[in-house]
Amino acid sequence: MSDKQTFDWRGLVLPVAFVALWYALTSLHLVNTKLIVPPAGVLITGWKELADLNFYLGVALSLWRDLSGFAIGALAGVAVGTLIGVSRLADKLIGPTFHTARQISLFAWLPLLSALLGTGDGAKVIFIAFSAFYPVVLGTLEGVRGVTAGHAEVARVYGFNRAQVLFKLVLPAASPQILSGVRLGLIYAWLATIGAEFLLVNDGQGLGNIVFKGRNAFNVELIVFGLLAIGLVGNVFNRIATRAEAHLLRWRPPAP
Amino acid sequence: MSASTDDIHVFPVTTLPGESASVRQPLLEASQFLLKALGHVLLGSVLPALLFALWWTAAERHWVAEQILPPPAFVWESLRDVLQTGELLNHVKFSAARVGWSLLIGGAIGLVLGFGMGLSRTFKAYVFPTFDVLAQLPVLGWIPLLIIFVGIEEPLKITAVSIAVVVPVALSMLNGIANIPTALLEVGRVYRFDAVQTITRIVLPAAAPSLFTGLRQGVMQAWLSVIFVELLSSSEGLGFLMAYSRSLSQIDMVIVAMLAIGVVGILIELSLRLIESRLQGWRRSAF
Repeated sequence: MSDKQTFDWRGLVLPVAFVALWYALTSLHLVNTKLIVPPAGVLITGWKELADLNFYLGVALSLWRDLSGFAIGALAGVAVGTLIGVSRLADKLIGPTFHTARQISLFAWLPLLSALLGTGDGAKVIFIAFSAFYPVVLGTLEGVRGVTAGHAEVARVYGFNRAQVLFKLVLPAASPQILSGVRLGLIYAWLATIGAEFLLVNDGQGLGNIVFKGRNAFNVELIVFGLLAIGLVGNVFNRIATRAEAHLLRWRPPAP
Repeated sequence: MSASTDDIHVFPVTTLPGESASVRQPLLEASQFLLKALGHVLLGSVLPALLFALWWTAAERHWVAEQILPPPAFVWESLRDVLQTGELLNHVKFSAARVGWSLLIGGAIGLVLGFGMGLSRTFKAYVFPTFDVLAQLPVLGWIPLLIIFVGIEEPLKITAVSIAVVVPVALSMLNGIANIPTALLEVGRVYRFDAVQTITRIVLPAAAPSLFTGLRQGVMQAWLSVIFVELLSSSEGLGFLMAYSRSLSQIDMVIVAMLAIGVVGILIELSLRLIESRLQGWRRSAF
């Protein structure tokens, strides 16, 4: 742990060895280069795609779907989670249905949704909202349940009304868990976006559609590049969410 | 104490002279527990009942076309059909077998990776950065690439679902080992444990709860991904049943498959809870 600050070159050994092996195998034609494409090919395809407006359009459309679905799902999730957490009656009314519906594997919703709403953006956005909804509800629920009776008593002493209790006590106290639920929801929303675009590939444009069409055309360079792009977007989302979480929670004293 | 005497006032029980309070008390508690449970079930079924009524009315009054939303009776009939012919169970078996194999393969790889990274700092320095980057790629992103290399048959499903299992298992094993209190390892040193003893008597038991969390996530991820891969390309399994029925516009079968997926999900959850409570029971008795 002493060399935590300095860069550890050992982490680079595996990727470099992998790329070197990849390069050697393809340039010496030891493998079928149609199947295992040379690294340079991926770079060239990537460069071409980056110059292509359609690629940006696809990424933009994917991001739009992802974020609008995520926003709907996260807002609904915080609302439902708070409701279930605060009110015992709501918990008894909604809780069992929620926890049962949660057990239906996420992608199992997609065929029904696409039957009801068509294969366009409507079904995709609702599906993405669904995927973000579950983790956010669970996070919010955990946070709201963790508000201590002592805090509630203080609120009673100060004569807080219901709105004040909600916005000045419950939500701030639950915010760490809500935010980690939101971060999980963001990851799931991106997963759902790519998944929905793979499964409903013939309708609309998006990063998932581009990659999956590359599969159909046997364009391995495009697939590898698309995979990298998908990973990069997910990674950037995660980093932004972690930063935002730390920024939003900076008022909390550091953990003992 | 005061609560129990209050209860007797609320529900006066005629006491026989010889009967002791210790007999009455459990009976009373049991009946109250039953009443409470009944209330919970009743309240909990309000929302499903409303949704069902909405579905029923929507189908009855033809708010939506029957091809899009079939009436409940129709779905029930289809469910009975596939249950009687054993078709549904067959699909469940295929999906479950895929999850099972992937858990074995992915779980084993994840265990080895997590164990290696947890125990050897050198191994971790070489492997972890790469693992961390790969772990952040969504499993689904791998699938087009995997299709090229392993085709769209069984190896694709097993590989994709295994990848989904490796990540949580390896990460939780790593965290579990990293969070072992140094005091425990020091005790081991005092007792002059050798490497094998240290692993079997300290590392494994201490990392077990974390490992279980990872395994649980692994099972959930596996179930999620298996449905996805089957929806994408398959000729059997619950996901296939959905995709196939959807392409034939048999929404009743789509709903049947959804119900089956939900039931399997609940069964998985319940069995995981059972195993977890066993595990924690063992933990408690150990201290």
